[in-house]
Amino acid sequence: MEFGKGKREKSQTGRKNRQKRLAGDDRNKAYKHRLQFYSIPPTENISLSEFEEMAINRLKVLKQVENIGIKFVKGRNDYNDVMEKELRKLMPIAVSQHHKDEDDYDAKRKDHISHFILRLAYCRSEELRRWFIAQELDLFRFRFLQENKESITSFLQANDLHYKPISEEEKTDKARKFSNSSYGINESVVTHMDFYKVPFTEALDLVKGRKVYLEKGFAYVPHNDLVSIVVSAFRAHLSHALALTARAVPSLEEDNRLLPMLTNISKQYLGEDYSNKNSKTGSIALEDIDSLAKTAYPLCMRQLHSALREDHHLKHGGRQQYGLFLKGIGLTMEQALKFWRTEFSKKMDGDKFEKQYAYNIRHSFGKEGKRVNYTPYSCMKIIMGTQPGPGDYHGCPFRHTDVKLLKQRLASYKIPAQGIEQIADLVKGYHYQLACTKYFELTHNIDKDEVSGLSLQHPNQYFDASMDIQSGKLKESKGGRFSQGNNASGTYNSQRSSGTQSSSQSQMSNTQQSANTSTATIVDEEGWDNFTGEDMEKLDSSVAMDTS
Amino acid sequence: MVTARAMSEEKTEVVRPSYSPDELPEYLPVYYKRLFPYGLYYRWLNYGGVQKNYFCNREFSFTLKDDVYIRYQSFSDQQEMEKQIQRQCPYKIDIGAVFSHKPKDHKTVKPTAFQALEKELVFDIDMTDYDDVRSCCQGADICANCWPLMRMAIKIVDAALGEDFGFEHRLWVYSGRRGVHCWVADEAARKLSQNARSAVAEYLSVVKGGENKLRKVHLPENIHPSIVRAIGIVGQYFDDYALEKQDILGDKDSWQKALAVIPDDKLRECAMKIMEEKKNSKERWYSFKKEHQALLNGDANIRKSRHCLQEIALQYCYPRLDVNVSKGINHLLKSPFCVHPKTGRVCVPIDPAHVDSFDPFKVPDINQLCQEIDEYDRKNKPEITEGDQPPPKKRMKDYKKTSLLESIEVFEKFVTKMEKQWKGKLLEISDQKGDF
Repeated sequence: MEFGKGKREKSQTGRKNRQKRLAGDDRNKAYKHRLQFYSIPPTENISLSEFEEMAINRLKVLKQVENIGIKFVKGRNDYNDVMEKELRKLMPIAVSQHHKDEDDYDAKRKDHISHFILRLAYCRSEELRRWFIAQELDLFRFRFLQENKESITSFLQANDLHYKPISEEEKTDKARKFSNSSYGINESVVTHMDFYKVPFTEALDLVKGRKVYLEKGFAYVPHNDLVSIVVSAFRAHLSHALALTARAVPSLEEDNRLLPMLTNISKQYLGEDYSNKNSKTGSIALEDIDSLAKTAYPLCMRQLHSALREDHHLKHGGRQQYGLFLKGIGLTMEQALKFWRTEFSKKMDGDKFEKQYAYNIRHSFGKEGKRVNYTPYSCMKIIMGTQPGPGDYHGCPFRHTDVKLLKQRLASYKIPAQGIEQIADLVKGYHYQLACTKYFELTHNIDKDEVSGLSLQHPNQYFDASMDIQSGKLKESKGGRFSQGNNASGTYNSQRSSGTQSSSQSQMSNTQQSANTSTATIVDEEGWDNFTGEDMEKLDSSVAMDTS
Repeated sequence: MVTARAMSEEKTEVVRPSYSPDELPEYLPVYYKRLFPYGLYYRWLNYGGVQKNYFCNREFSFTLKDDVYIRYQSFSDQQEMEKQIQRQCPYKIDIGAVFSHKPKDHKTVKPTAFQALEKELVFDIDMTDYDDVRSCCQGADICANCWPLMRMAIKIVDAALGEDFGFEHRLWVYSGRRGVHCWVADEAARKLSQNARSAVAEYLSVVKGGENKLRKVHLPENIHPSIVRAIGIVGQYFDDYALEKQDILGDKDSWQKALAVIPDDKLRECAMKIMEEKKNSKERWYSFKKEHQALLNGDANIRKSRHCLQEIALQYCYPRLDVNVSKGINHLLKSPFCVHPKTGRVCVPIDPAHVDSFDPFKVPDINQLCQEIDEYDRKNKPEITEGDQPPPKKRMKDYKKTSLLESIEVFEKFVTKMEKQWKGKLLEISDQKGDF
């Protein structure tokens, strides 16, 4: 890792760095374009404090990008406005168009280096990589869409991305098909627009939504949707690079200053990690589950629970979503087995249960197969993950239910009419997590001010918050769990700064260990966003084959 | 209108001894000894030897008696595969991915190093996923009134895979009971990433939403060419299948369910009125269609319901894929030419060009096949002349004596078509080597 090593020699501080910074023509050469593909790691030396400052700044940007993405529909005007407003404060280069390139050098350099620092910090686990990629992609997409046509052309050239428009004849030939396949393009628009023919695997986002014309394995992408293929190239590039970095980090020659700092940086991204809540295991009695489902479950889990009680069965998606949630609230594996067995055996003989389902339950607790401890699904994963199909009850009720049906259900749960309307409005505006928060407030009789900090990101967070309120612990935990997710400033983990400085030996070995185990577990994740997972797989196996 | 050959409603001429699951252990050894098409099967999965170790790094898994399930079987060649299958007589064989190492040695390599690298792109379409739109059967049951769903599914998916994605080597297989599988064996398909697989599966999924959605199909103003094609295919079957066989507007309950997906209240009420007035599904559907068209041409504000008839048709007829099966490189799928333990029927390939004449109830079951061999041998007993005459050199293959013949020919067509391509590829490779 060139980059890591560069920092190892950080003892020669400021003076040398400044020498290495470029001047004049070289500066322009270093960064040909405002927008970067981050292909080449930086090689200069920087001080630890600058290192940390850059990292924190970019983290603030990414947190903000995430928050805006939760509150607004990406790509719509309000989203763009807020993004512009916030980025102008945090990362002016992402929105400024009129600066001269010369003046931008420092900003470009910061953009460049800070991206690579966070790669180091966020490469160590599937979860971290997924988060980092998602935010970097949103940022990149937003920035790309700000650029005008000439600028995009020069960006593509600078980064060796060559897309050649198809001929006029071919275009005329297929105009009708194009206009029916791509959004907002009628036949007269087709004639004025360039279309690019790429293998369908380079335009998966468009293919997935049936938003592009396909013929014999090729996608015909209109210039308007070029962003989609560029972003997917960026994603492929980034996920591959992260996989490589993840392998390199454990073997990084390091003097105990960098790794602890990186670990602390990466800890700041979300809230609790619901996979390792060992302290809670065993705190729930099976007999209480029915009543908890009514009082403390988020709607998605309540729905799964009642479907299970009614049908004595759940399909795969439902078993995964609900099973891991139960694990997260503290059921032991034995309890979980008993729970599912009791219900399923009302419909099938116990033998069949043992053979077909018990294995999967043990598996989800990491006791079978590759022994991966699976993490309960977050709201994002539930909302964006596999859509429920016929016979399914999983998913997010606010996202995957007809509004009419949702209203009926809420009414049957005795939500006041006014509240139901508020929730329905949020749902119509695509604010599913806010709708869920509203539901939480209504079912817990909380006046709005009291939990204004609550931002629901995870069904288990909902459950924990509900339990806290019910046991009267609300006040103590305020500002802790409740404010997570809204905290973009990177200060809520008070250990951060002290940990960075002390860099004790034990922290160091922890870091190494976690880096090691994470490379081992990534490949087992049942990845919904498996860019990284796949890269890791290929990588691991190719390395293994080399050595064998 | 497709005139599907009448299926099981009519009594089949041949009176067949019915199959009972208890007999499976008795017939399986004969089946695996004399009928399973090992040669072709190996030729398929070896893919011409273009990639080294492709066959021996492939996972197979066996389900034995009492649901004993063994994963990570692998074989170095056809002989070993034959020997193992005949020795263990599995009730079910699943095919998995091609791994980085021999699956049977997976415990000797580091778990992180043992990775699924490639697999055919597969699809699993199962009749149980249509329970909300079938009035005849539920769950694992199928009959002549719902089987057209599988015909439409095969035609629609097969056309999309070929025309849209450019995949040429598609093997359709009857799953032995209530559904169909598709194996896409093009090199590009086998190398697809997990993401690409799920994108393809998503592209082919139109009916979306679980038990909490009434309206499961949403068509945009401009309909994508692949959906237009699907609507055309559904149209060939719709009158006979949906209006006659399923009678989807037959009584008040049914039409209320069908019309509930219309987003526009006024239009729905108008449709309900038509339903009451007319006397059968067909009349109701076509009167409503006419009225809908008239309203669209007029100035009625029903833009949201512009495509509501197509949406209803698709919700009742469009293929419902089990996307999880398609997504994972590592996902196992039942092998062609297995015997379904419950029905005894062989999982035979289906020729998509003749999908309308394929009748799942006429698929041979294992005891029928075994009897056919016996019968043939009895009829064609070689005349015994002199006691020590050597047997004829070329023995006739046993499957040719049975009703499996047709299915094996479909399979052979699939394999030979691929072999033509490998030949070219192998030549290319050897040419390149020659240069050095």
